[in-house]
Amino acid sequence: MIELSDIRKVFNCGKPNEFTAVDGVTLSVDSRKITVLKGPSGSGKTTLLGLIGCMARPTSGRIHLTGRLTQGVTFSVEGTTAEVTSLPERFLTEIRRRAFGFIFQQFNLIKGITVLENVMLPAYPIGEGFKPLRERASRILSDLNLSGKLFAKVEWLSGGEAQRVGIARALINDPTVIIADEPTAHLDTKLSGEFMGIVERLKGDGKTVIIASHDPIVFDSPIIDRVVEMRDGRLSGGYQRR
Amino acid sequence: MQWLEKQRNIIDFTLSSLLRRKTKNIALMIVYTLVVFVLASVMFFAEAIKKEASIILRGSPEIIVQRLVAGRQELAPVGYIEGIKKIRGVQSVSGRLWGYYFEPVAGANFTLMVPEDGSEKGQIEVGKGILRSMRASEGDILSLKSYTGDWVVLKIKGALSSESELVSSDLILTSEEDFRNVFGISKEYFTDITLHVRNSRELATIAQKIKDLYPDTRPIVRDDILRTYDSIFNWRSGLLLVIMAGAGLAFIIFAWDKASGLSAEEKKEIGILKAIGWETSDVILMKFWEGTAISLSSFLAGIILAYFHVFFTSSTLFEPVLKGWSVLYPKFRLTPFIDEAQVMTLFFLTVLPYTVATIVPSWRAASVDPDSVMR
Repeated sequence: MIELSDIRKVFNCGKPNEFTAVDGVTLSVDSRKITVLKGPSGSGKTTLLGLIGCMARPTSGRIHLTGRLTQGVTFSVEGTTAEVTSLPERFLTEIRRRAFGFIFQQFNLIKGITVLENVMLPAYPIGEGFKPLRERASRILSDLNLSGKLFAKVEWLSGGEAQRVGIARALINDPTVIIADEPTAHLDTKLSGEFMGIVERLKGDGKTVIIASHDPIVFDSPIIDRVVEMRDGRLSGGYQRR
Repeated sequence: MQWLEKQRNIIDFTLSSLLRRKTKNIALMIVYTLVVFVLASVMFFAEAIKKEASIILRGSPEIIVQRLVAGRQELAPVGYIEGIKKIRGVQSVSGRLWGYYFEPVAGANFTLMVPEDGSEKGQIEVGKGILRSMRASEGDILSLKSYTGDWVVLKIKGALSSESELVSSDLILTSEEDFRNVFGISKEYFTDITLHVRNSRELATIAQKIKDLYPDTRPIVRDDILRTYDSIFNWRSGLLLVIMAGAGLAFIIFAWDKASGLSAEEKKEIGILKAIGWETSDVILMKFWEGTAISLSSFLAGIILAYFHVFFTSSTLFEPVLKGWSVLYPKFRLTPFIDEAQVMTLFFLTVLPYTVATIVPSWRAASVDPDSVMR
């Protein structure tokens, strides 16, 4: 479980262009469920996702990770709960690498290298042997119907394929939580439907999925467990689907 | 093991990264290689020539006595030999005959010399440089124009072999009679006088005694020759290095600009790497390998090219500046000699700054929050 208490994130603190992106958010995200952060552009969804995924630290407030998420965390742990906001960068990166897999709106694949290399990238700093890593990456790609594209350069891929490569990359370190930021923004209706199918499979595999989206295909999907609504950096409502 | 795998994976990615920006990196490597090549060429040349000088000096007499008239070297009378012989501590004295002969066909100055143990009249031994420039071989005839305009016909008996081509390349060993015939020097004179002494610590005293006995002479001690060689070539290589400092500076600016001016694409990539779980230190490690791959390979390429340039092509590119008067010298090949300490210095002056220049800006880019790629 991920628990956020009174989270605030201010950019350009103390400068004339100071901007509060997230303002006093308290939220619990259940494990093995699909949670959608819904809201218009600029509502603070993406910033909140970044904070949950240990990509940035909040200006104030606390984030606690419990259960499986704390595996391997040796710092700031009480029982099975780890408070992550005060962790040094090294530990934060380790948690990010181990516990979270990210799917980005712009896919954020690295151009010029192959699909396989892109998928293997997050595992490089762990120091895993090249061969088992390559086999795992190939298996994940083939599960996502990309076995014919292993050695293709990412810039040759269609939007749907690029996104599946992004999903494979998010899965390479076998994370507990998958975080997706506007994943259907660049996909047509059919591909968006396919994406939701993959998300359902991920949930079936025991992953916790958190999606930021303002696309009805996502938040109206029957596979969603909970919708959290945001506006102007605050929680403005929400509902439990299951 | 895990550490090794990590390095291997990161190097793997670094190399494919370099290949992605092929044109930019190749251009950089060409300039880099060129700078190392020029610096190393000057260095190799200066060192090798100094080494040659020391080889020459090993066999050279301890004192050479020249006669001066109006500050210029003149022929030394035979009578001086007898006078010097009488100075205490002098072991042996002999008169030397040597001179320069300009050969218009080769466009080069040859050194004519009469060997100490003499040579047969009408026959000569020549250096390999002469054989090359005159396209001659053993048994051929070489005619030299004498001071009267008549031709002195000489037969090439053999080629000189020596560990230093600088010594032997332009050398013609002739008989005393032929030498005197070519240059019109009477038997009363020698070019200069050489002597060996019993105790090398007495060199200065003996030199002074010669000067007292014959005030119109200039005794040259072996160390003086060494100093002259040193200053000539140090000055010349220094001159070239000053010119090269400009090129070096341009390279530093170029490298700094390339390395520090991370493109928007590169910055974005660093952001992506951080977002997918790379630490700042991993990104720096990658940039370190990138810098090392470029600078080390350019350094090695530059050094190897310089080695070929200096020792196989006789420093064709810098010949006029480095050799000075000796451009009139037949082509010679330097004996390969490398001073490891200088190579190391060059390494630290080129590879290290470049690697640092690549790391610093990446460190700045890598210390941003990884969520920047989401915004």
